[in-house]
Amino acid sequence: MAHDEHAHGGHELSFMERYVFSVDHKVIGLQYLITSFIFLLVGFALMGLMRWQLAFPGTPIPFFGGLFPSDLAPNGVMSGEFYNSLGAMHGTIMVFLGVVPLAVGAYGNYVLPLQIGAPDMAFPRMNMMSYWTYLPGGILMLASFLMPGGAAQSGWTSYPPLSIINPGQTVWLLSMVILITSSLLGAINFLVTTINMRAPGMSLWRLPVFVWAQFVTSVLLLLAFPPLEAASVLQLMDRVFHTSFYLPKDLVILGQAYAGSGGGQPLLWQHLFWFLAHPEVYVLVLPPMGIVAEIIANNTRKPLHGYKTMVFSMIAIGLMSFMVWAHHMFISGMSASLSNFFLVTTMIISVPSVALMTCLVFSLKGGSIRFNVPMLFALAFIPLFAIGGLTGLPLGLTVTDIYLHDTYYVIGHFHFVVVSGSIIALMGGTYYWFPKWYGRKMNDTLGRIHFWGTTTTMVGIFLPMLFMGLGGASRRLYDPTAQLHNLPVQGWNVVATYSAYLLALFQIPFIYNFFNSMWNGEKTPENPWQATTLEWACPSPPPHGNFEKTPTVYRGPYEYSVPGRKTDFWMQTDKN
Amino acid sequence: MNNPDTHSGVTNAKLGVWLFLASEIMLFATLFTSYIVLRMASTSWPWGWDVLNVPLATLNTVILISSSVTIVMAYAKAYDKDKAGFQKWMAATILLSLGFLVVKAFEYGAEFKLGIGPHTSVFYAIYFTMTGLHGIHILGGIAVNAGLLYMSSVDEHWANPLFLGRVEGAGLYWHFVDIVWIFLFPALYLL
Repeated sequence: MAHDEHAHGGHELSFMERYVFSVDHKVIGLQYLITSFIFLLVGFALMGLMRWQLAFPGTPIPFFGGLFPSDLAPNGVMSGEFYNSLGAMHGTIMVFLGVVPLAVGAYGNYVLPLQIGAPDMAFPRMNMMSYWTYLPGGILMLASFLMPGGAAQSGWTSYPPLSIINPGQTVWLLSMVILITSSLLGAINFLVTTINMRAPGMSLWRLPVFVWAQFVTSVLLLLAFPPLEAASVLQLMDRVFHTSFYLPKDLVILGQAYAGSGGGQPLLWQHLFWFLAHPEVYVLVLPPMGIVAEIIANNTRKPLHGYKTMVFSMIAIGLMSFMVWAHHMFISGMSASLSNFFLVTTMIISVPSVALMTCLVFSLKGGSIRFNVPMLFALAFIPLFAIGGLTGLPLGLTVTDIYLHDTYYVIGHFHFVVVSGSIIALMGGTYYWFPKWYGRKMNDTLGRIHFWGTTTTMVGIFLPMLFMGLGGASRRLYDPTAQLHNLPVQGWNVVATYSAYLLALFQIPFIYNFFNSMWNGEKTPENPWQATTLEWACPSPPPHGNFEKTPTVYRGPYEYSVPGRKTDFWMQTDKN
Repeated sequence: MNNPDTHSGVTNAKLGVWLFLASEIMLFATLFTSYIVLRMASTSWPWGWDVLNVPLATLNTVILISSSVTIVMAYAKAYDKDKAGFQKWMAATILLSLGFLVVKAFEYGAEFKLGIGPHTSVFYAIYFTMTGLHGIHILGGIAVNAGLLYMSSVDEHWANPLFLGRVEGAGLYWHFVDIVWIFLFPALYLL
């Protein structure tokens, strides 16, 4: 393959070429991994500040309160504007700078080319550009805290007219446009790589589930992100050139008539935003499901139950995810027949989702399960994600949604899906593929401490949110005690806050384990988990170009415990 | 990187351009959808021919359609490895696209002189946003085409099988930009 043209060209790669502006998908994958984990930590820290205000409103933030300028936190007590900024930035950073780049940019980049037997991505330089667009976009997003007026304050959903009036939003929009560009570059690259660069014999029905998940995800990113890009351009026009795409006629702000022409539609933004943001939920969920499928097949030592069902379910989810967006807007104002339509599509999309989960559960049946650290995370994913998924159904039904809309229940539901679902799976993926990245294993004891601490504290945060929401507590309130009806459930806010701080504590063994194992971890052979897929058929870490010679694929991805074989795994590259 | 011996039989570059165009279609489709939603809800939407310069826009339509022809000619010449012919037709394409921008600049200029801008009404907001974004796409196309014209002066590139693929990719993109205008012209000026 002609990928060799940019490396091995008879000269040693300099440090910059090798680690900073690398075109190697493995280096770029690890750049994405480290960067997005850092962004996850930053987003988590913002939430830690907010949780103090929610549990103990009006009291100074301990330790850090004095560090903030007095307009953000006078006397160490968080101001309402600062609280709003933290909320908007927490959501934005976690979704667009944390989980998606980790799931797609990091794992997809590193693992997908290996699993299909390709020497690199289809467009290595574009791959590098994708990372180097993502990082400045992310830094710009963070830097918005330093702008006059502070960071965006209108939630990660940025509903107008508030988002057009509030300060800080312009930088948010600019960095979103940059991040969307990065994501589009990545999506094109993943699709072309999967379609064109598969090794001989790697037919579509021999692709690991993880590759299918990345493929469907890339289609979603490719087709769902441009509408948000267009919507962001319109909002940018509203803010910078004083158009009125999202502003109605005769708008009055703080007693002042708005100077713009008016005549626009605030609801238009909501439609365009959710047209991206619902497929985005499946972008957050499908790659982690792929990771869980890989780990479960490997550690039950048997083929996945219903491989084709899983693939068809993912394709069905991908198609349906474009037809459910307005279930986020049942009470924003739409006709009853339209809300019925979105109610029905939402119920339909839950069918393939449940099929996927059922396949994962049935895969466990009759297996001789190895309870190693990656498997613990994969096993925890199933019930925790299931809670997240099932709590979503009442939000998709119009009648129950009227009560639950904009309560803490929504936050609880979403975080069960994305945190104790996606992030748990992504952490499991780190333990699973670490031997591939560094040729060493992460420490087992520290891994188990991290696992038990993380899963229990996560439930400690999000279960109280479901209770608070059922009790009627609204989300996005600066001071939850300001409304009498919130007082009976205020105790749960304290539980959630302390759980969140414990969750932070339990990440220390993970961070230490990660960096310590890079140099001091137990050395591992090429295929430490005795897995069947192609990424384990090359050295760890793989050299530039991955495979010594292009591998040939002879069988499906999960041929474990085939009767009559000496070993209990049959690699895709093994002819006999 | 652009080995034609791929699973799909289509080169990576060509597949990449098609996927990029798919995302571009979603981008402009969103804008057209917004246009429809805003217009349907509006109580005072002007007729395009009353407030915009239809003759100039018609001229621009002719210019863009001609440039679609010239870029196909450029590709045909590149296919025949006819360097001089390629350069002639590609230069014609670039000149036509610059001509489009000049005409557009006259239109914008006349509107600004009257104090009309994107802030004037939702109609002008969507008019300036869509034609502006389309103009940026034209600029991008000019940059790509000029790059190819420059590359064609180096004989080394003619020996590279990737060169023809790049010309084809640029042509696909240019046709897309033209087609967007074919929709923009009636939507904004004639309907």
